[in-house]
Amino acid sequence: MNATVSRVRHAGAVLTVFLKEVRENLRDRRTLMSAFLTGPLLGPVLFVMLVNVQVNRELDKADKPLHVPVIGAQYAPNLVDALKQGGIVPDAAVADPGAAVHKQDADVVLRIAADYAKAWRRGEPVQVELFYDSSRQDTRSAVERVSQLVETYARQQGAMRLVARGLSPGTAWPVQVARRDQATPQSRAVLLFAMLPYFFVITLFLGGMYLAIDLTAGERERQSLEPLFANPVARWKILLGKLAAICTFSLASLAITLLAFAVVGRLIPAAKLGMELDLGWHFAGTVLLLMLPLVMLLAVLQTMVAAFAKSYREAQTYISLLMMVPLIPSALLAFLPIKAQAWMYAVPLLGQNLGIMQQLRGDGVSGEQLLLCLGGTLAAALVAALVTAQLYRSEKLAISG
Amino acid sequence: MIEVRDLHKAFGAVKAVDGVGFTARDGEITGLLGPNGAGKTTTLRMLYTLMTPDRGQVLVDGIDAVADPLAVRRRLGVLPDARGLYKRLTARENIEYFARLQGLDEATLRTRHEALVDALEMRDILDRRTEGFSQGQRVKTAIARALIHDPRNVILDEPTNGLDVMATRGLRRFMQQLKGEGRCVLFSSHIMQEVAALCDRIVVIAHGRVVADETPDALRAQTGETNLEDAFVKIIGTDEGLAA
Repeated sequence: MNATVSRVRHAGAVLTVFLKEVRENLRDRRTLMSAFLTGPLLGPVLFVMLVNVQVNRELDKADKPLHVPVIGAQYAPNLVDALKQGGIVPDAAVADPGAAVHKQDADVVLRIAADYAKAWRRGEPVQVELFYDSSRQDTRSAVERVSQLVETYARQQGAMRLVARGLSPGTAWPVQVARRDQATPQSRAVLLFAMLPYFFVITLFLGGMYLAIDLTAGERERQSLEPLFANPVARWKILLGKLAAICTFSLASLAITLLAFAVVGRLIPAAKLGMELDLGWHFAGTVLLLMLPLVMLLAVLQTMVAAFAKSYREAQTYISLLMMVPLIPSALLAFLPIKAQAWMYAVPLLGQNLGIMQQLRGDGVSGEQLLLCLGGTLAAALVAALVTAQLYRSEKLAISG
Repeated sequence: MIEVRDLHKAFGAVKAVDGVGFTARDGEITGLLGPNGAGKTTTLRMLYTLMTPDRGQVLVDGIDAVADPLAVRRRLGVLPDARGLYKRLTARENIEYFARLQGLDEATLRTRHEALVDALEMRDILDRRTEGFSQGQRVKTAIARALIHDPRNVILDEPTNGLDVMATRGLRRFMQQLKGEGRCVLFSSHIMQEVAALCDRIVVIAHGRVVADETPDALRAQTGETNLEDAFVKIIGTDEGLAA
């Protein structure tokens, strides 16, 4: 009888702390803005802008006339005509093509040698030079376009010479490559959306951050932890109530961001790039499920870091450093294309990252992967929670002076 | 009743409390007097189980504070040195939060709440957020919050710190009322006038030790000084850190 009564009281204490923290923080404008407005909406807005810029640029480049300085245009009028037909506008020659490219005055410069006409008439191979900078990503399509036009022209002329000598053009090209691209519209989108998982993690992080700081370091700084601990409630229950409040805020943040992405997904002209993007309910549900244990892990980690700090400001500094950690798996996957192994799903952050990307590719997440992902992160959250509970028992935690 | 036996607490090499022992009885006001840094706050923190003593024992109504801290906290009402109200909550919400943490049911909460609000004369500030409260309003709220569960033992750490004359007088009246209700009231102070005016028993602490544990009259008789202030200075051996 007694045991039942006291257990009811225990659950009550956790709930009491939870409700109070939620109510108090709903009254804080900065927390509200960060958790429900700027945090969750920044990602989708930024995304739409970035994608739209990229899409429009790609589309523009395909149709727009391309200005290319041509040196020695007078030696090869036929070649220049062929380029013009391909939508290239030959500009006046520049004195130093290397410098022009380097100073970004031109994306690409074409140089035709002075002995072009002489060699052409003799039927000898002639050289045209393309000046460009391969480290300038944005000029890649321009370079590609010019180079392809030149090569097409060369092949046409070659074929005509062969025909004129009574040979089949096929003799000069015994092997031909036929490309069979296995990318699906979804998998092409993955390239563009590699950073999406990071956006989700950051949203979670920002959603709970102010609460985590306020509920431990803030309360300590305002000296309210000491009277709180004078109540007949075990400290781990107080911690549990606080963690629940942090989780609630960061989950709400994530839900808002997923909703925004679902809406915004329709505005992204992915189809124009030959991509297919499904950010609908099924996607949102899977992300929410994958992220659930991560919500707990991040709340615990933030609280742990905040418990080390002596002041609000100090906690803020530490937590901003902690924010770098979720960047690691995203960056890793973006720059080092690794083949996913089963164990990777059990690694917190990495597992979520892989799962979300898989969902984006349209492959879906298998039951085993889902279990590994949930189990691994949940285990990490539990360990971190035990450590934090230990920190909460320290005498020093309550004392601010 | 609060019994303290031979308490020790060190922070690194500093012995903050070095063998403190005294008894605070029900229906009496016991004053813990000592200069700043004498070990008063550390002693009180061990009483309300925020800190664990290195050595010694604390008994609250016969319950050992180390063995059963939750039971001890249920029997104590504590106004710590750190008042720490929640600024974004109203005074009423601050009080109700602690009432729920104490596990009070709604009916008890209402009755106790009303009684305390009247006794502390704080009805006019109840529904205001505590941000911007004066020091006096803050102390009232913190005391109401600490006593909402009707504890038999009341610990107040420097309760009149920073209060103006009117607020101090009100608080003294309230402490007399607590004593009249038969509670054990233990408070710390470095202000002699206050201790002299209120206390049935005075425990003087200096350098982490009890240097006197008497009634005010006995203190005067013991030191041969008719003036309490002179008596204190004589006991402590210095007037550093004491205020009149």
